[in-house]
Amino acid sequence: MRIGVDVGGTNTDAVLLSGKKVLGAVKRPTSKDVSSGISDAINALISECGIQSDEIRAVMIGTTHFTNAFIQRRELVPVFAIRIGFPAGRGIPPYSSWPDDLKDKVCGGSRMIAGGFEFDGREISPLDEAAIADCVAEARSKGIQQIAVSCIFSQLNPAHEVRASEIVGQLAPEMEVSISSELGRVGLLERENAGIMNASLRPLAAMITAAFARALADLGIEAPFYISQNDGTLMSADYMQRYPVLTFAAGPTNSLRGAAWLTGAKDAIVVDIGGTTSDVGVLTGGFPRQSTVHVDVGGVRTNFRMPDILSIGLGGGSRVRECDGEVTVGPDSVGFRLLEDGLIFGGEVLTTSDIAVASGLAKFGDPERISGLSPNLVAQARKVIAGLIDDAIDRMKTAPGDIAMILVGGGSVLVSETPEGVSEMLRPEHAGVANAIGAAIGQVSGEIDRIYNIPDPQGRAAALEDAEAQAKAQAIAAGAEPGSVEIVNIEAVPLQYLPGGATRVVCRAVGDLAMAE
Amino acid sequence: MVTEITFDNIEQLAIGSSFLGTGGGGDPYLGSLLCREAIAKYGPVKVVAVDELKDEDNVFIAAALGAPTVMIEKLFSIEDQHRAVETLERFIGRKASAIISAEIGGCNSMMPVAYAAMRGLPIVDGDGMGRAFPALQMTSFNIEGVACAPMTIADEHGNSVLYQTTTGLKAEELSRPVAAAMGASVCMSCYPMTGAEARRAAIPKTLSGAIEIGEAISRSGDPRSPIDRLVAALRAHEYYKDAAVIFRGKITGLERDTSKGWVFGNCTISAMNGAGSAELKFQNENLLVTVDGKLRCVVPDLVTIVDAETAHAIPTERLAYGQRVAVVACSAPPLLTTARALDVVGPQCFGLDEQYAPVATLIGDLL
Repeated sequence: MRIGVDVGGTNTDAVLLSGKKVLGAVKRPTSKDVSSGISDAINALISECGIQSDEIRAVMIGTTHFTNAFIQRRELVPVFAIRIGFPAGRGIPPYSSWPDDLKDKVCGGSRMIAGGFEFDGREISPLDEAAIADCVAEARSKGIQQIAVSCIFSQLNPAHEVRASEIVGQLAPEMEVSISSELGRVGLLERENAGIMNASLRPLAAMITAAFARALADLGIEAPFYISQNDGTLMSADYMQRYPVLTFAAGPTNSLRGAAWLTGAKDAIVVDIGGTTSDVGVLTGGFPRQSTVHVDVGGVRTNFRMPDILSIGLGGGSRVRECDGEVTVGPDSVGFRLLEDGLIFGGEVLTTSDIAVASGLAKFGDPERISGLSPNLVAQARKVIAGLIDDAIDRMKTAPGDIAMILVGGGSVLVSETPEGVSEMLRPEHAGVANAIGAAIGQVSGEIDRIYNIPDPQGRAAALEDAEAQAKAQAIAAGAEPGSVEIVNIEAVPLQYLPGGATRVVCRAVGDLAMAE
Repeated sequence: MVTEITFDNIEQLAIGSSFLGTGGGGDPYLGSLLCREAIAKYGPVKVVAVDELKDEDNVFIAAALGAPTVMIEKLFSIEDQHRAVETLERFIGRKASAIISAEIGGCNSMMPVAYAAMRGLPIVDGDGMGRAFPALQMTSFNIEGVACAPMTIADEHGNSVLYQTTTGLKAEELSRPVAAAMGASVCMSCYPMTGAEARRAAIPKTLSGAIEIGEAISRSGDPRSPIDRLVAALRAHEYYKDAAVIFRGKITGLERDTSKGWVFGNCTISAMNGAGSAELKFQNENLLVTVDGKLRCVVPDLVTIVDAETAHAIPTERLAYGQRVAVVACSAPPLLTTARALDVVGPQCFGLDEQYAPVATLIGDLL
């Protein structure tokens, strides 16, 4: 048996799965410390299902915590960015593609220093080690602890990034370094952004990992726990602490996979309404449609592998405001404080949940508290909410005709009528915990993305073999059952215009999580 | 009517120029960031029509040369671009009075805009290809008798190299190894022209055309699908007007191979209901497409694979098995389809056996 947990901004859901069966599901509010919410949910699940904690073989946790923190610019720390490669690339410095409000929070300064590599492995310049010491001094003087290091062609050769990391470690053991080559793919700016995002989230990641471990230990669960990544596979707790950015969009991936698992639907739009955001994705052939272009998170372009998801600031805790007769909904949310701050729960903040109760769509809290709301305000807010959903579905549709829609997530009470362009609206059983179900069916993966110099056809075969072996080894290191590991994707793309056979090879292996049953 | 390049239409130019890149030309995104930095610093860029150029104008090209996969690592800087142009200005003893793009398809639509901002010069509403091509000699400038050389290339370290070659083909041949030695991502300037020469040899209205196409693809609040809007925008343009979606389906086969520094390949697209398939051939850019064995479009006419939903162009490097796509074809600017032009950019220049036939005659049933 395994437990899937989804920690959302508002609710923490837990499900117990055995093979293809859902044995139980519970929903509890997310707590501010995260861990007590997880404890509550798992505790309730264990007692509801009448099992012993030692029957649990694995706990899989999916969380939108990091995505939400980033999108809402909360709990982020400033990062000093070091880009190695000067004088190349100086026309577009670090942070130049970032939205101003995010830059204000995260940008703790940046330097472009000499070093880096050409496509064929030559150095652009020798690494300027003295400049790294200057960067450390500058970061220290500003009280910054997180360093993000990027380097031109670090995918080909991470040596300068690794050396820079060592120097920072020697000069300032208290600082943490995020290295771009460990996170992103070919594409300096996107890879650099991934490193900076990661660095800005690491203190939060350390706190969250400790909270997860404590919650499970308190419940007497000794089984290992895993965290969902954005490709639908799992990573270890230790790994997550270093690479929180890999959880980005894991929530939507899990809800899409969970929705497919619950309905058996192969092609549908999935609308997952949480407490803070709604995520709209598309199932094609039972799997999330992958984004063919770059992915923006909170306005920052990255190049991780991600499902094609449209995220809008609409959830059960979204704030509703009236200003000069105009009603607005979101994008900010009271999040996990809904049960204290929402009007129906005795608070002072008008939220979409209050609107749902006032409209008779849901029954919770104290309806007396909102009896004074103007019917006009309620009607206008409902119209804004429906408009947000209609628009999101329209933007994600693949064809002009109507398409089936699966409505999941705890905030799904906000939708009462079938949106425009939808042939049928499915609300599967356990729809409220699709995320947690998706987490529990996770696999583990390994991926490499490297540039090989392939002079001849024999060299090509050897390069592909090497790439496959490395991807498989990574999957096994991540916890896959060795016998189950398969190569699911291998691509060899020759680099245009270049003689000499420089070829970018991307290879991905996936296997089942090794679990003692 | 586009009179200025500003923050507001940079994104549209990027989207439209990707379409005109016909699968190649490089990602315009980085160029758009460079433009944003430059416009923020120096202000918007005035657009000048080709037929507004005066005889005595000096029109200079600004361009990035290299491998797109290297450019996304090494990025760009307009200071390096300035060194390439400045070296050329010094050599020929004339100062630029306007900047023009050599290739509107892909990333080279952007560098000239950023550079024009820095110099405070207007950008010409036109270019030398009306699309993207893989080689330096494949321009309307060359077809109309403007010399490619003198030509300059510059790297990020302060090195610049000047070429005095006899032909555009030779400039291409001699510049590639030096560009590779410089790191395979360099800035260049070539085909220096007077205003009179540019009026004769440039393909007009391609900058505004790219912006119109991008605007159509990204417009919201229009009930038509992005692909319908794209086709409508092409049909409204003076040259791209013979346009249609010639196939829709899923990518079911992909072969890519490199030789002599170019990427050659084939892409097979199968209809979702299983009936029929399209075969596309590319050399960096898409060259020709057949549907069920019947030729539907051949270079220099344009064929681009776009995302079935968003209508955004998918470059050859990003094609992947299983993608849902549409194949959109349209007519090339008339300067590229004359007998003289076909000797430079026709099917035989890419080693194809097929003879050129205007796309209007190949897809007459769809127009």
